[in-house]
Amino acid sequence: MANEVVDHGRRRFLTATTSVVGAVGVVAAAVPFIKSWEPSARAKAAGAPVMADIGKIELGQKVDYAWRGLPVFVVRRTQDQLAVLPTLAPRLVDPNSEVDQQPSYIKGPDRAIKPEWLVVIGICTHLGCVPEFFPQIKPEPFDPNWKGGFFCPCHKSRYDLSGRVFAGVPAPKNLQVPPYHFVDDTHIQIGVDPKEAG
Amino acid sequence: MANVFTRMGDWVNERAPNMMPAYRKHMTEYYAPKNFNLWYYFGSLALLVLVNQIVTGIFLTMNYKTSAAEAFASVEYIMRDVEWGWLIRYMHSTGASLFFVVVFLHMFRGLMYGSYKKPRELVWLLGMLIFLVLMAEAFMGYVLPWGNMSFWGAKVIISLFGTIPVIGGTLVEWIMGDYLPADATLNRFFALHVIALPLVLLLLVVLHIAALHEVGSNNPDGVEIKKGPKGNRWDALKPADGIPFHPYYTVKDLVGVGFFLLIAAFIIFFAPTMGGWFLEHDNFIPANNLATPAHIKPVWYFTPFYAILRMIPSFLGQAFWGVLAMFGAIALLFALPWIDVGKVKSIRYRGTGYKVGLGLFVLSFILLGAVGAGVTAEVIPEWFGDVDVTFWENLFGRFWTLVYFGYFVFLWLYTRLGWETTKPVPERVTTHD
Ligand code: HEM
Repeated sequence: MANEVVDHGRRRFLTATTSVVGAVGVVAAAVPFIKSWEPSARAKAAGAPVMADIGKIELGQKVDYAWRGLPVFVVRRTQDQLAVLPTLAPRLVDPNSEVDQQPSYIKGPDRAIKPEWLVVIGICTHLGCVPEFFPQIKPEPFDPNWKGGFFCPCHKSRYDLSGRVFAGVPAPKNLQVPPYHFVDDTHIQIGVDPKEAG
Repeated sequence: MANVFTRMGDWVNERAPNMMPAYRKHMTEYYAPKNFNLWYYFGSLALLVLVNQIVTGIFLTMNYKTSAAEAFASVEYIMRDVEWGWLIRYMHSTGASLFFVVVFLHMFRGLMYGSYKKPRELVWLLGMLIFLVLMAEAFMGYVLPWGNMSFWGAKVIISLFGTIPVIGGTLVEWIMGDYLPADATLNRFFALHVIALPLVLLLLVVLHIAALHEVGSNNPDGVEIKKGPKGNRWDALKPADGIPFHPYYTVKDLVGVGFFLLIAAFIIFFAPTMGGWFLEHDNFIPANNLATPAHIKPVWYFTPFYAILRMIPSFLGQAFWGVLAMFGAIALLFALPWIDVGKVKSIRYRGTGYKVGLGLFVLSFILLGAVGAGVTAEVIPEWFGDVDVTFWENLFGRFWTLVYFGYFVFLWLYTRLGWETTKPVPERVTTHD
């Protein structure tokens, strides 16, 4: 053995193939560890998307759904209510939704996929109370110039009917819009982007 | 008695003949330049704080509960019911902030004396890796008490990864193991904070010092003592300007330790929250995913980078430019040895442009820190009354962001195009006898 000529080509080949096989093994062994960081079955179940049947919601009405433990407001807005929205800009903190409180496909004063339907998370961005719904365009005790929207009873933060926060109240940001998409005309799925839904 | 020790020593030597030589190589026969000044304390102080973090951390784990339901209460339990628990926790939390104080000063020393230059690039790179791991370690530690700022800080920082096009959303869920920072997130951060990252950190520190001992320390004159004359009181072949690390610098470092502990003790006993800078007020409220703190801001040592992130607006419908700039701000520090190619190391003998540049760079770092911490947003209306705060804050922050990045561009041009006029560097360190 000791006196035989070393076959370098063969040695290199064996070293290379062993290394490659070893590396494949390491990568394969890493997969379970990396996968273990994904949301677990329990987390997935608790965070599953919610299907909302919105067919029976009347114009001007609000219905609440629960998604990931959060109240989601779905409001069917009237033409009058929608017409007011663009005029409120000077009184708002973030009229064009520049702060990251909504998916990228939510834009404009109506902050909705279909203008008629507002979908927002009903949690005040100040300290997490649930704001109340004051849909009428009429003077309210807390605002003589009220154009419809949400009023938080805890610290008097006000939002318009797109969930945009008024200036001069404690809440810093607009209400959050969850990801959602229309499955058909009367059903939305909360928790899934239109893109993901395909 | 002495006899017993000698015999024990011999016993070990027989079985591990390389241990004493290694000790000598790194301590009694490691020759460091004799002109170290105050700035050379911070390496050993960083080691001290590292030990403090490990020891106090181990004792905190003995009472801390890793679960979203129990973490906050267990920290209060440590503070109120565990004998001396408050001291152990404040030593740990104050230690975290002081770690960054010490490391920032340590890095500044490196900038001032050109310690990142050849032949110490590896020392610098390992140092920068330490810095990265340290930031991750500190961030995850901050999440553990599961206060409201822990929660929202975690949420904001993790969302940074969400700005990466295409994979962002999935990546964020992968990091959190849920759809919001939750029990799974807390548990994995705990695992990383108490074992994974400390192991990496320790390994890197050993490599950092090993790499330093290969080339030897730089010094305030930026002179290579190994290239100077040979022969000192202890060894005819070793650098004339070197003195044995032990006992000379061990004793000197002990003086630094004394002063440092005095300051640390003062903070721990009299100002453990440092007015909201070391422990933020919002973190004394339990985590609540429904209630955002009025101002989400990171702890002070992240604020300069956080400010850079905030100052960069989104562009082409993408928000990740800010994230890129923030990481770029750190990446440029990694690249420093290849950006600054000036031959003279120490600021003492470098051109005026370098001195002004470094001064502005430090100023930009501090002022960006103020922007990131929300100081400017508070001060602008106080000083200037009813002005557009966001506009002026952005202008201010963007200006200093430009200065921060400008420093690297300037250095590159300055040292490559021969704009620098340096002073003659002495042959030997200036305080030799
Ligand atoms: C846990 C953190 C760290 C520890 C324990 C540590 C420890 C040390 C020690 C003991 C020394 C020798 C004594 C001295 O020169 O002060 C040293 C030198 C050095 N460190 Fe660090 N260090 C840490 C982080 C860093 C970081 C973040 C950087 C920069 C990116 C860095 C860059 C350097 C450089 C360039 C030197 C050589 C300085 C010179 O010779 O002039 N270190 N370090």
